[in-house]
Amino acid sequence: MSEAQLVEALRGGDEEAFRELVREYQPSLVRVARIYVPTQTAAEDVAAETWLGVLNGLDRFEGRSSLRTWIFRILTNIAKTRAVRDGRTLPFSALDPGRVPEAAVDADRFLDPEHPRWPGHWAVKPEAWPEDALLAAETREVIAEAIEALPATQRAVISLRDVEGWSSDEVRNALDLSETNQRVLLHRARSKVRAALESYLQENT
Amino acid sequence: MTVYAEQLSCQELVELVTEYLEGALPEEEAGRFESHIGTCNGCRIYLEQMRQTIVVLGHLPDGALAPEAESALLDAFRGWRSS
Repeated sequence: MSEAQLVEALRGGDEEAFRELVREYQPSLVRVARIYVPTQTAAEDVAAETWLGVLNGLDRFEGRSSLRTWIFRILTNIAKTRAVRDGRTLPFSALDPGRVPEAAVDADRFLDPEHPRWPGHWAVKPEAWPEDALLAAETREVIAEAIEALPATQRAVISLRDVEGWSSDEVRNALDLSETNQRVLLHRARSKVRAALESYLQENT
Repeated sequence: MTVYAEQLSCQELVELVTEYLEGALPEEEAGRFESHIGTCNGCRIYLEQMRQTIVVLGHLPDGALAPEAESALLDAFRGWRSS
């Protein structure tokens, strides 16, 4: 179904089309809402309110942006309004990875940058992972926990890009991020998930 | 010695992995990245682990909506349709 057809179906009251749309976007809506509100429950409330906003605005949707971008704009507005109402001022840098560098790999894994022969070379090299362990259910739990432990913005970026499979442009539009910031956030998030996997697989295989 | 100065260290390489995978490295930098990978087993494994991480992330289940929340939304949809 094309987007125009989908919008037509929704306007015509097609319940199945609405159900599909909700199932497709709900997880992402909640993840993005978590950037702005402090708890999972609050994020779910924001997502529910977003769907009502979508229904109320559907007749005015003109297709100038994609449906997805439009839905996420509604979400962002609701989440920001709620943050203000709750007296939570959004940290000015919430969507900015900042200038504080975060190492992808602990510095103690490498030889000293002044090492005479092998500056910055691996001191403790990574070891290849066993394929079958990667696919195990427990491994997925480790990853889910690692994602949950990330700062909200990194969590939103890695969820949309790698879990939901969005393109970098789609993520940039939904979150209003610069290309560089999107990439920095993704890099930090992926690096941390890799590190969590490495330490889990080392201990358990 | 100048040759060494121009080469990426492993510690520098791990910070470029995402840019490399996104195709965002300038050509010359991508060349240095690949020539390092060609000779460094540790970094080759590291890059492979990042690729594996991305694959496994793509197989995580989505956070599904609780059935009661979904039916509440569908009720709202029916209400909206009949309004």
